[in-house]
Amino acid sequence: MNTSIDIIMLVLIVTNLLLLGFSQLKSCIRTVACQGIALGVLSLLVNEDGFTVWSVVMSGVVIGLKGVIFPRLLLGALRETNARHEVEPYIGHMASTLAGFAALAASAWLCSRLPAFPGRVTPLVAPVAFFMVFVGLFVIVSRKKAISQILGYLVMENGMYVFGVVILREMPLLVDLAVLLDAFAAVLVMGVAVYHINRAFDHMDVDQLDTLKG
Amino acid sequence: MNVLSLTTLLLPFVCAPALLGIINKTKAFFAGRKGVPVLQAYFELWKLLHKGAVYSRTTTWVFRAGPMIGLACVMLAAALAPFGGVRSAIAFPCDLILFAYLFGVMRFVTVLAALDTGSSFEGMGASREVAFSALAEPALLVGLAAVARLTGSCSLSDMFQGLSLGTYLHAGPVLVLVGGALLIVFLTENARIPVDDPNTHLELTMIHEVMVLDHSGPDFAFILYGAALKLWVLGSLLIHVVAPVRTGHAGLDIAAALCAMAGLGVLVGIIESCMARLRLVRVPRLLMGAVVLSALAFVLLLR
Repeated sequence: MNTSIDIIMLVLIVTNLLLLGFSQLKSCIRTVACQGIALGVLSLLVNEDGFTVWSVVMSGVVIGLKGVIFPRLLLGALRETNARHEVEPYIGHMASTLAGFAALAASAWLCSRLPAFPGRVTPLVAPVAFFMVFVGLFVIVSRKKAISQILGYLVMENGMYVFGVVILREMPLLVDLAVLLDAFAAVLVMGVAVYHINRAFDHMDVDQLDTLKG
Repeated sequence: MNVLSLTTLLLPFVCAPALLGIINKTKAFFAGRKGVPVLQAYFELWKLLHKGAVYSRTTTWVFRAGPMIGLACVMLAAALAPFGGVRSAIAFPCDLILFAYLFGVMRFVTVLAALDTGSSFEGMGASREVAFSALAEPALLVGLAAVARLTGSCSLSDMFQGLSLGTYLHAGPVLVLVGGALLIVFLTENARIPVDDPNTHLELTMIHEVMVLDHSGPDFAFILYGAALKLWVLGSLLIHVVAPVRTGHAGLDIAAALCAMAGLGVLVGIIESCMARLRLVRVPRLLMGAVVLSALAFVLLLR
Protein backbone atom coordinates (compact mmCIF):
# COMPACT_ATOMS: atom_id res chain seq x y z
CA MET A 1 0.00 0.00 0.00
CA ASN A 2 2.81 2.38 0.90
CA THR A 3 4.57 1.73 -2.40
CA SER A 4 1.46 2.60 -4.38
CA ILE A 5 1.03 5.84 -2.41
CA ASP A 6 4.70 6.63 -3.01
CA ILE A 7 4.19 6.11 -6.74
CA ILE A 8 1.23 8.52 -6.69
CA MET A 9 3.40 11.03 -4.82
CA LEU A 10 6.02 10.62 -7.52
CA VAL A 11 3.41 11.25 -10.23
CA LEU A 12 2.39 14.41 -8.39
CA ILE A 13 6.01 15.62 -8.14
CA VAL A 14 6.73 14.90 -11.80
CA THR A 15 3.52 16.57 -13.01
CA ASN A 16 4.40 19.66 -10.97
CA LEU A 17 7.88 19.85 -12.47
CA LEU A 18 6.42 19.33 -15.95
CA LEU A 19 3.96 22.15 -15.34
CA LEU A 20 6.89 24.40 -14.50
CA GLY A 21 8.80 23.30 -17.59
CA PHE A 22 6.07 23.36 -20.25
CA SER A 23 5.50 26.48 -22.28
CA GLN A 24 2.45 25.33 -24.24
CA LEU A 25 -0.67 26.19 -22.29
CA LYS A 26 -2.48 23.14 -23.66
CA SER A 27 0.20 20.79 -22.28
CA CYS A 28 0.03 22.61 -18.96
CA ILE A 29 -3.72 22.05 -18.73
CA ARG A 30 -3.31 18.36 -19.58
CA THR A 31 -0.59 18.00 -16.96
CA VAL A 32 -2.86 19.42 -14.29
CA ALA A 33 -5.60 17.05 -15.50
CA CYS A 34 -3.24 14.08 -14.99
CA GLN A 35 -2.55 15.41 -11.52
CA GLY A 36 -6.26 15.49 -10.79
CA ILE A 37 -6.67 11.87 -11.87
CA ALA A 38 -3.73 10.88 -9.67
CA LEU A 39 -5.45 12.64 -6.75
CA GLY A 40 -8.63 10.66 -7.34
CA VAL A 41 -6.70 7.42 -7.26
CA LEU A 42 -4.91 8.59 -4.12
CA SER A 43 -8.15 9.20 -2.25
CA LEU A 44 -9.17 5.64 -3.11
CA LEU A 45 -5.85 4.20 -1.91
CA VAL A 46 -5.61 5.88 1.48
CA ASN A 47 -8.83 4.31 2.70
CA GLU A 48 -7.81 1.70 5.21
CA ASP A 49 -11.09 -0.18 5.35
CA GLY A 50 -11.01 -1.07 1.66
CA PHE A 51 -13.21 0.31 -1.08
CA THR A 52 -16.42 1.58 0.47
CA VAL A 53 -19.21 2.99 -1.67
CA TRP A 54 -18.48 6.52 -0.46
CA SER A 55 -14.77 6.34 -1.17
CA VAL A 56 -15.45 5.14 -4.70
CA VAL A 57 -18.03 7.89 -5.23
CA MET A 58 -15.65 10.47 -3.80
CA SER A 59 -12.73 9.45 -6.01
CA GLY A 60 -15.09 9.31 -8.98
CA VAL A 61 -16.17 12.89 -8.27
CA VAL A 62 -12.55 14.04 -7.89
CA ILE A 63 -11.46 12.35 -11.13
CA GLY A 64 -14.49 13.63 -13.00
CA LEU A 65 -14.09 17.18 -11.75
CA LYS A 66 -10.31 17.64 -11.72
CA GLY A 67 -9.46 15.21 -14.52
CA VAL A 68 -12.26 15.95 -17.00
CA ILE A 69 -14.44 18.98 -16.29
CA PHE A 70 -11.78 21.54 -15.22
CA PRO A 71 -9.50 20.74 -18.18
CA ARG A 72 -12.43 20.96 -20.58
CA LEU A 73 -13.49 24.31 -19.16
CA LEU A 74 -9.94 25.64 -19.40
CA LEU A 75 -9.35 24.23 -22.88
CA GLY A 76 -12.61 25.88 -23.89
CA ALA A 77 -11.45 29.21 -22.48
CA LEU A 78 -8.13 28.74 -24.26
CA ARG A 79 -9.86 28.14 -27.57
CA GLU A 80 -11.69 31.46 -27.24
CA THR A 81 -8.44 33.32 -26.79
CA ASN A 82 -5.59 33.23 -29.26
CA ALA A 83 -2.91 32.49 -26.69
CA ARG A 84 -1.05 29.24 -27.21
CA HIS A 85 2.22 29.73 -25.38
CA GLU A 86 3.32 31.22 -22.14
CA VAL A 87 5.57 33.74 -23.84
CA GLU A 88 8.32 35.23 -21.71
CA PRO A 89 7.21 34.42 -18.19
CA TYR A 90 8.87 36.49 -15.47
CA ILE A 91 11.06 33.51 -14.66
CA GLY A 92 12.20 31.25 -17.53
CA HIS A 93 11.08 27.65 -17.87
CA MET A 94 14.41 26.07 -17.03
CA ALA A 95 14.93 28.38 -14.09
CA SER A 96 11.43 27.60 -12.83
CA THR A 97 12.09 23.85 -13.08
CA LEU A 98 15.16 24.37 -10.92
CA ALA A 99 13.16 26.58 -8.57
CA GLY A 100 10.61 23.76 -8.34
CA PHE A 101 13.36 21.40 -7.33
CA ALA A 102 14.55 23.88 -4.72
CA ALA A 103 10.96 24.14 -3.46
CA LEU A 104 10.87 20.36 -3.06
CA ALA A 105 14.09 20.39 -1.07
CA ALA A 106 12.78 23.28 1.04
CA SER A 107 9.52 21.53 1.80
CA ALA A 108 11.38 18.32 2.70
CA TRP A 109 13.48 20.36 5.14
CA LEU A 110 10.39 22.13 6.47
CA CYS A 111 8.56 18.87 7.14
CA SER A 112 11.55 17.38 8.89
CA ARG A 113 11.26 20.22 11.43
CA LEU A 114 7.53 19.76 12.00
CA PRO A 115 6.22 17.35 14.63
CA ALA A 116 5.09 14.01 13.19
CA PHE A 117 1.56 14.05 11.88
CA PRO A 118 -0.77 11.58 13.57
CA GLY A 119 -2.22 9.80 10.56
CA ARG A 120 0.87 10.04 8.38
CA VAL A 121 1.01 7.28 5.79
CA THR A 122 4.44 7.62 4.24
CA PRO A 123 7.18 10.15 5.01
CA LEU A 124 6.86 11.53 1.46
CA VAL A 125 3.28 12.79 1.74
CA ALA A 126 3.68 15.93 3.83
CA PRO A 127 6.62 17.33 1.79
CA VAL A 128 4.72 16.71 -1.44
CA ALA A 129 1.66 18.54 -0.10
CA PHE A 130 3.79 21.56 0.86
CA PHE A 131 5.66 21.31 -2.44
CA MET A 132 2.43 21.49 -4.43
CA VAL A 133 1.29 24.56 -2.51
CA PHE A 134 4.66 26.22 -3.19
CA VAL A 135 4.53 25.32 -6.89
CA GLY A 136 1.00 26.67 -7.16
CA LEU A 137 2.04 29.96 -5.58
CA PHE A 138 5.13 30.10 -7.79
CA VAL A 139 3.09 29.61 -10.95
CA ILE A 140 0.65 32.32 -9.86
CA VAL A 141 3.35 34.92 -9.32
CA SER A 142 5.73 34.01 -12.15
CA ARG A 143 3.43 33.60 -15.15
CA LYS A 144 1.71 36.25 -17.20
CA LYS A 145 -1.20 34.48 -18.83
CA ALA A 146 -4.40 34.34 -16.83
CA ILE A 147 -4.88 30.64 -17.69
CA SER A 148 -1.55 29.80 -16.05
CA GLN A 149 -2.69 31.53 -12.92
CA ILE A 150 -5.86 29.45 -12.79
CA LEU A 151 -3.63 26.38 -13.13
CA GLY A 152 -1.49 27.65 -10.26
CA TYR A 153 -4.59 28.04 -8.13
CA LEU A 154 -5.68 24.51 -9.02
CA VAL A 155 -2.29 23.04 -8.13
CA MET A 156 -2.41 24.83 -4.80
CA GLU A 157 -5.85 23.45 -4.16
CA ASN A 158 -4.58 19.98 -5.09
CA GLY A 159 -1.80 20.35 -2.55
CA MET A 160 -4.28 21.14 0.20
CA TYR A 161 -6.34 18.18 -0.93
CA VAL A 162 -3.35 15.86 -0.55
CA PHE A 163 -2.83 17.27 2.90
CA GLY A 164 -6.43 16.77 3.84
CA VAL A 165 -6.97 13.37 2.34
CA VAL A 166 -3.87 11.74 3.74
CA ILE A 167 -3.04 13.55 6.93
CA LEU A 168 -6.43 14.55 8.30
CA ARG A 169 -8.13 11.45 7.08
CA GLU A 170 -11.19 12.04 9.25
CA MET A 171 -12.31 14.99 7.15
CA PRO A 172 -16.03 14.52 6.66
CA LEU A 173 -17.29 13.78 3.19
CA LEU A 174 -19.49 16.86 3.24
CA VAL A 175 -16.50 19.17 3.76
CA ASP A 176 -14.63 17.47 0.91
CA LEU A 177 -17.56 17.91 -1.41
CA ALA A 178 -18.01 21.53 -0.37
CA VAL A 179 -14.35 22.27 -1.10
CA LEU A 180 -14.67 20.63 -4.51
CA LEU A 181 -17.78 22.68 -5.22
CA ASP A 182 -15.90 25.85 -4.25
CA ALA A 183 -13.05 24.96 -6.57
CA PHE A 184 -15.50 24.23 -9.34
CA ALA A 185 -17.23 27.57 -8.92
CA ALA A 186 -13.87 29.33 -8.79
CA VAL A 187 -12.63 27.71 -12.00
CA LEU A 188 -15.90 28.46 -13.73
CA VAL A 189 -15.80 32.12 -12.68
CA MET A 190 -12.12 32.44 -13.62
CA GLY A 191 -12.73 30.81 -17.01
CA VAL A 192 -15.48 33.33 -17.71
CA ALA A 193 -13.27 36.15 -16.42
CA VAL A 194 -10.46 35.10 -18.78
CA TYR A 195 -12.92 35.17 -21.64
CA HIS A 196 -14.05 38.68 -20.75
CA ILE A 197 -10.52 39.94 -20.14
CA ASN A 198 -9.61 38.62 -23.55
CA ARG A 199 -12.65 40.27 -25.13
CA ALA A 200 -11.91 43.63 -23.54
CA PHE A 201 -8.14 43.73 -23.99
CA ASP A 202 -7.43 41.35 -26.93
CA HIS A 203 -4.97 39.44 -24.77
CA MET A 204 -4.82 37.89 -21.32
CA ASP A 205 -1.47 39.07 -20.05
CA VAL A 206 -2.14 40.00 -16.46
CA ASP A 207 0.91 42.24 -16.20
CA GLN A 208 -0.80 44.78 -18.41
CA LEU A 209 -3.98 44.83 -16.39
CA ASP A 210 -2.81 47.61 -14.06
CA THR A 211 -3.48 50.13 -16.80
CA LEU A 212 -7.20 49.57 -16.96
CA LYS A 213 -9.41 50.87 -19.70
CA GLY A 214 -11.77 53.59 -18.55
CA MET B 1 39.43 -13.16 -13.47
CA ASN B 2 37.34 -16.25 -14.11
CA VAL B 3 35.62 -17.54 -17.22
CA LEU B 4 32.41 -15.63 -16.54
CA SER B 5 34.18 -12.29 -16.23
CA LEU B 6 36.04 -13.03 -19.45
CA THR B 7 32.77 -13.84 -21.22
CA THR B 8 31.11 -10.65 -20.08
CA LEU B 9 34.26 -8.72 -20.98
CA LEU B 10 34.16 -10.03 -24.55
CA LEU B 11 30.37 -9.73 -24.99
CA PRO B 12 30.24 -5.99 -25.72
CA PHE B 13 33.13 -6.17 -28.15
CA VAL B 14 31.41 -8.91 -30.12
CA CYS B 15 27.75 -7.92 -29.83
CA ALA B 16 27.77 -4.12 -29.82
CA PRO B 17 27.33 -3.58 -33.60
CA ALA B 18 24.39 -6.02 -33.59
CA LEU B 19 22.48 -3.64 -31.28
CA LEU B 20 22.63 -1.01 -34.03
CA GLY B 21 21.26 -3.65 -36.39
CA ILE B 22 18.30 -4.33 -34.09
CA ILE B 23 17.52 -0.61 -33.89
CA ASN B 24 17.64 -0.25 -37.67
CA LYS B 25 15.52 -3.37 -38.20
CA THR B 26 12.85 -1.98 -35.86
CA LYS B 27 12.86 1.33 -37.67
CA ALA B 28 12.58 -0.45 -41.02
CA PHE B 29 9.69 -2.52 -39.70
CA PHE B 30 7.83 0.62 -38.62
CA ALA B 31 8.46 2.25 -41.98
CA GLY B 32 7.18 -0.85 -43.78
CA ARG B 33 10.56 -1.64 -45.32
CA LYS B 34 12.58 -4.81 -45.23
CA GLY B 35 15.64 -2.99 -43.95
CA VAL B 36 19.32 -3.79 -43.94
CA PRO B 37 20.54 -7.05 -42.36
CA VAL B 38 21.03 -7.04 -38.59
CA LEU B 39 24.75 -7.66 -39.14
CA GLN B 40 25.15 -4.72 -41.54
CA ALA B 41 27.30 -2.77 -39.07
CA TYR B 42 29.89 -5.59 -39.07
CA PHE B 43 30.04 -5.52 -42.88
CA GLU B 44 30.56 -1.77 -42.87
CA LEU B 45 33.32 -2.00 -40.28
CA TRP B 46 35.01 -4.73 -42.33
CA LYS B 47 34.78 -2.65 -45.49
CA LEU B 48 36.12 0.50 -43.82
CA LEU B 49 39.04 -1.35 -42.24
CA HIS B 50 40.22 -2.39 -45.70
CA LYS B 51 40.17 1.12 -47.11
CA GLY B 52 42.93 3.66 -47.02
CA ALA B 53 42.63 6.89 -45.03
CA VAL B 54 42.75 10.37 -46.50
CA TYR B 55 44.13 13.20 -44.39
CA SER B 56 43.72 16.88 -45.10
CA ARG B 57 46.94 18.94 -45.17
CA THR B 58 45.59 21.30 -42.51
CA THR B 59 45.26 18.53 -39.93
CA THR B 60 47.91 17.51 -37.42
CA TRP B 61 48.55 14.46 -35.26
CA VAL B 62 45.60 15.49 -33.08
CA PHE B 63 43.26 14.57 -35.89
CA ARG B 64 44.87 11.15 -36.35
CA ALA B 65 45.01 10.40 -32.62
CA GLY B 66 41.36 11.29 -31.99
CA PRO B 67 39.66 8.09 -33.18
CA MET B 68 42.24 5.82 -31.56
CA ILE B 69 42.14 7.47 -28.14
CA GLY B 70 38.34 7.64 -28.31
CA LEU B 71 38.09 3.91 -29.06
CA ALA B 72 40.58 3.10 -26.28
CA CYS B 73 38.52 5.10 -23.75
CA VAL B 74 35.25 3.43 -24.59
CA MET B 75 36.92 -0.03 -24.56
CA LEU B 76 38.19 0.67 -21.06
CA ALA B 77 34.70 1.82 -20.04
CA ALA B 78 33.30 -1.43 -21.44
CA ALA B 79 35.76 -3.36 -19.28
CA LEU B 80 34.57 -1.42 -16.21
CA ALA B 81 30.86 -2.01 -16.78
CA PRO B 82 29.45 -5.22 -15.29
CA PHE B 83 27.00 -7.31 -17.28
CA GLY B 84 24.24 -9.58 -16.01
CA GLY B 85 25.27 -9.37 -12.36
CA VAL B 86 28.76 -10.76 -13.05
CA ARG B 87 31.66 -8.71 -11.67
CA SER B 88 33.39 -6.77 -14.40
CA ALA B 89 36.97 -7.47 -15.39
CA ILE B 90 38.20 -4.27 -13.74
CA ALA B 91 36.46 -3.20 -10.54
CA PHE B 92 37.65 -0.98 -7.71
CA PRO B 93 35.89 1.40 -5.29
CA CYS B 94 34.49 4.55 -6.92
CA ASP B 95 35.20 3.33 -10.45
CA LEU B 96 31.90 4.96 -11.48
CA ILE B 97 33.67 8.33 -11.62
CA LEU B 98 36.35 6.94 -13.93
CA PHE B 99 33.55 5.34 -15.95
CA ALA B 100 31.68 8.63 -16.37
CA TYR B 101 34.79 10.60 -17.28
CA LEU B 102 36.18 8.07 -19.75
CA PHE B 103 33.26 9.15 -21.90
CA GLY B 104 34.30 12.72 -21.19
CA VAL B 105 37.82 12.03 -22.50
CA MET B 106 36.37 10.30 -25.56
CA ARG B 107 34.22 13.34 -26.27
CA PHE B 108 37.17 15.66 -25.69
CA VAL B 109 39.41 13.96 -28.24
CA THR B 110 36.57 13.75 -30.78
CA VAL B 111 35.94 17.48 -30.35
CA LEU B 112 39.66 18.26 -30.64
CA ALA B 113 39.91 16.22 -33.83
CA ALA B 114 36.88 18.04 -35.23
CA LEU B 115 38.34 21.44 -34.39
CA ASP B 116 41.70 20.40 -35.84
CA THR B 117 40.22 20.18 -39.33
CA GLY B 118 39.61 23.93 -39.26
CA SER B 119 36.13 23.48 -40.73
CA SER B 120 33.59 25.89 -39.28
CA PHE B 121 30.88 23.29 -39.86
CA GLU B 122 32.65 20.80 -37.60
CA GLY B 123 33.32 23.51 -35.05
CA MET B 124 29.58 24.13 -34.90
CA GLY B 125 28.90 20.46 -34.19
CA ALA B 126 31.65 20.38 -31.59
CA SER B 127 30.16 23.36 -29.80
CA ARG B 128 26.75 21.70 -29.65
CA GLU B 129 28.19 18.39 -28.54
CA VAL B 130 29.97 19.89 -25.54
CA ALA B 131 27.01 22.11 -24.64
CA PHE B 132 24.61 19.19 -24.46
CA SER B 133 26.99 16.77 -22.81
CA ALA B 134 27.73 19.32 -20.10
CA LEU B 135 24.06 18.97 -19.16
CA ALA B 136 23.93 15.19 -19.63
CA GLU B 137 26.93 14.59 -17.39
CA PRO B 138 25.36 15.73 -14.09
CA ALA B 139 22.29 13.63 -14.87
CA LEU B 140 24.47 10.54 -15.36
CA LEU B 141 26.65 11.16 -12.30
CA VAL B 142 23.82 12.05 -9.92
CA GLY B 143 21.79 9.08 -11.17
CA LEU B 144 24.72 6.74 -10.55
CA ALA B 145 25.26 8.38 -7.16
CA ALA B 146 21.63 7.63 -6.28
CA VAL B 147 22.13 3.96 -7.19
CA ALA B 148 25.36 3.95 -5.19
CA ARG B 149 23.56 5.32 -2.16
CA LEU B 150 20.74 2.80 -2.58
CA THR B 151 23.13 -0.17 -2.64
CA GLY B 152 25.69 1.29 -0.26
CA SER B 153 28.72 0.80 -2.49
CA CYS B 154 30.38 2.94 -5.10
CA SER B 155 31.93 0.36 -7.39
CA LEU B 156 29.86 -0.32 -10.51
CA SER B 157 30.10 -4.09 -10.07
CA ASP B 158 28.95 -4.03 -6.43
CA MET B 159 26.23 -1.50 -7.22
CA PHE B 160 24.62 -3.62 -9.88
CA GLN B 161 25.08 -6.83 -7.95
CA GLY B 162 23.23 -5.16 -5.07
CA LEU B 163 20.17 -4.47 -7.23
CA SER B 164 17.52 -7.08 -7.89
CA LEU B 165 13.87 -7.14 -8.88
CA GLY B 166 13.12 -7.16 -5.12
CA THR B 167 14.59 -3.65 -4.91
CA TYR B 168 11.42 -2.43 -6.60
CA LEU B 169 9.46 -3.31 -3.46
CA HIS B 170 11.22 -0.85 -1.17
CA ALA B 171 12.79 1.59 -3.63
CA GLY B 172 10.72 1.31 -6.80
CA PRO B 173 10.35 5.08 -7.34
CA VAL B 174 14.12 5.58 -7.14
CA LEU B 175 14.78 2.93 -9.81
CA VAL B 176 12.08 4.36 -12.08
CA LEU B 177 13.43 7.92 -11.74
CA VAL B 178 17.04 6.92 -12.32
CA GLY B 179 15.91 4.74 -15.24
CA GLY B 180 14.12 7.71 -16.82
CA ALA B 181 17.14 9.96 -16.38
CA LEU B 182 19.53 7.34 -17.74
CA LEU B 183 17.29 6.78 -20.77
CA ILE B 184 17.53 10.48 -21.66
CA VAL B 185 21.30 10.42 -21.07
CA PHE B 186 21.56 7.27 -23.18
CA LEU B 187 19.71 8.88 -26.09
CA THR B 188 21.70 12.11 -25.81
CA GLU B 189 25.14 10.59 -25.47
CA ASN B 190 24.56 8.28 -28.39
CA ALA B 191 23.18 11.04 -30.59
CA ARG B 192 19.82 9.35 -31.13
CA ILE B 193 16.40 10.94 -31.68
CA PRO B 194 15.00 13.13 -29.97
CA VAL B 195 18.35 14.89 -29.53
CA ASP B 196 20.15 14.12 -32.75
CA ASP B 197 19.24 12.12 -35.83
CA PRO B 198 21.85 9.47 -36.70
CA ASN B 199 20.58 9.25 -40.29
CA THR B 200 21.24 12.84 -41.30
CA HIS B 201 24.76 13.47 -42.46
CA LEU B 202 24.43 16.87 -44.05
CA GLU B 203 22.00 18.92 -42.06
CA LEU B 204 22.64 22.12 -40.21
CA THR B 205 21.07 20.85 -37.00
CA MET B 206 23.03 17.65 -36.58
CA ILE B 207 25.47 17.26 -33.75
CA HIS B 208 27.52 14.13 -33.58
CA GLU B 209 27.75 13.16 -37.23
CA VAL B 210 29.08 16.53 -38.25
CA MET B 211 32.18 16.13 -36.09
CA VAL B 212 33.32 12.99 -37.86
CA LEU B 213 32.79 14.09 -41.47
CA ASP B 214 36.50 14.27 -42.26
CA HIS B 215 37.51 10.88 -40.95
CA SER B 216 37.86 8.11 -43.47
CA GLY B 217 38.84 4.46 -43.78
CA PRO B 218 40.11 2.72 -40.62
CA ASP B 219 39.76 5.94 -38.59
CA PHE B 220 36.07 6.08 -39.40
CA ALA B 221 35.78 2.37 -38.59
CA PHE B 222 37.24 3.11 -35.14
CA ILE B 223 34.70 5.89 -34.67
CA LEU B 224 31.76 3.73 -35.76
CA TYR B 225 32.91 0.86 -33.57
CA GLY B 226 33.48 3.22 -30.65
CA ALA B 227 29.97 4.64 -31.08
CA ALA B 228 28.48 1.14 -31.15
CA LEU B 229 30.40 0.20 -28.00
CA LYS B 230 29.24 3.38 -26.27
CA LEU B 231 25.66 2.54 -27.20
CA TRP B 232 26.09 -0.92 -25.72
CA VAL B 233 27.85 0.18 -22.52
CA LEU B 234 25.43 2.98 -21.63
CA GLY B 235 22.53 0.74 -22.61
CA SER B 236 23.76 -2.02 -20.31
CA LEU B 237 23.90 0.53 -17.50
CA LEU B 238 20.28 1.44 -18.20
CA ILE B 239 18.96 -2.11 -18.33
CA HIS B 240 20.74 -3.05 -15.12
CA VAL B 241 18.93 -0.26 -13.33
CA VAL B 242 15.51 -0.85 -14.89
CA ALA B 243 15.49 -4.66 -15.16
CA PRO B 244 17.89 -6.12 -12.60
CA VAL B 245 17.07 -9.80 -13.10
CA ARG B 246 18.90 -12.02 -10.59
CA THR B 247 18.05 -15.70 -10.81
CA GLY B 248 21.09 -16.92 -8.92
CA HIS B 249 22.46 -18.67 -12.00
CA ALA B 250 25.04 -16.57 -13.85
CA GLY B 251 24.27 -17.99 -17.31
CA LEU B 252 20.56 -17.22 -16.95
CA ASP B 253 21.34 -13.72 -15.70
CA ILE B 254 23.52 -13.01 -18.72
CA ALA B 255 20.86 -14.40 -21.06
CA ALA B 256 18.21 -12.20 -19.42
CA ALA B 257 20.46 -9.15 -19.74
CA LEU B 258 21.05 -9.95 -23.42
CA CYS B 259 17.28 -10.17 -23.97
CA ALA B 260 16.89 -6.85 -22.17
CA MET B 261 19.53 -5.31 -24.46
CA ALA B 262 17.60 -6.52 -27.49
CA GLY B 263 14.45 -5.07 -25.92
CA LEU B 264 16.26 -1.77 -25.44
CA GLY B 265 17.23 -1.83 -29.12
CA VAL B 266 13.58 -2.31 -30.06
CA LEU B 267 12.56 0.49 -27.67
CA VAL B 268 15.05 2.90 -29.24
CA GLY B 269 13.78 1.90 -32.67
CA ILE B 270 10.20 2.60 -31.57
CA ILE B 271 11.18 5.98 -30.07
CA GLU B 272 12.94 6.92 -33.30
CA SER B 273 9.98 5.83 -35.40
CA CYS B 274 7.39 7.69 -33.33
CA MET B 275 9.18 10.91 -32.49
CA ALA B 276 10.71 13.73 -34.46
CA ARG B 277 13.88 15.38 -33.36
CA LEU B 278 13.40 18.16 -30.82
CA ARG B 279 14.23 21.69 -31.77
CA LEU B 280 17.75 22.52 -30.68
CA VAL B 281 16.56 25.08 -28.14
CA ARG B 282 14.34 22.47 -26.51
CA VAL B 283 17.13 19.95 -25.94
CA PRO B 284 18.62 21.69 -22.87
CA ARG B 285 15.16 21.62 -21.30
CA LEU B 286 14.94 17.86 -21.84
CA LEU B 287 18.38 17.39 -20.32
CA MET B 288 17.49 19.63 -17.40
CA GLY B 289 14.52 17.33 -16.88
CA ALA B 290 16.92 14.39 -16.72
CA VAL B 291 19.06 16.20 -14.14
CA VAL B 292 15.98 16.92 -12.05
CA LEU B 293 14.83 13.27 -12.26
CA SER B 294 18.23 12.04 -11.02
CA ALA B 295 18.38 14.65 -8.30
CA LEU B 296 14.85 13.71 -7.23
CA ALA B 297 15.90 10.06 -6.93
CA PHE B 298 18.83 11.13 -4.79
CA VAL B 299 16.63 13.31 -2.56
CA LEU B 300 14.17 10.43 -2.07
CA LEU B 301 17.04 8.35 -0.70
CA LEU B 302 18.25 11.07 1.65
CA ARG B 303 15.11 10.89 3.75
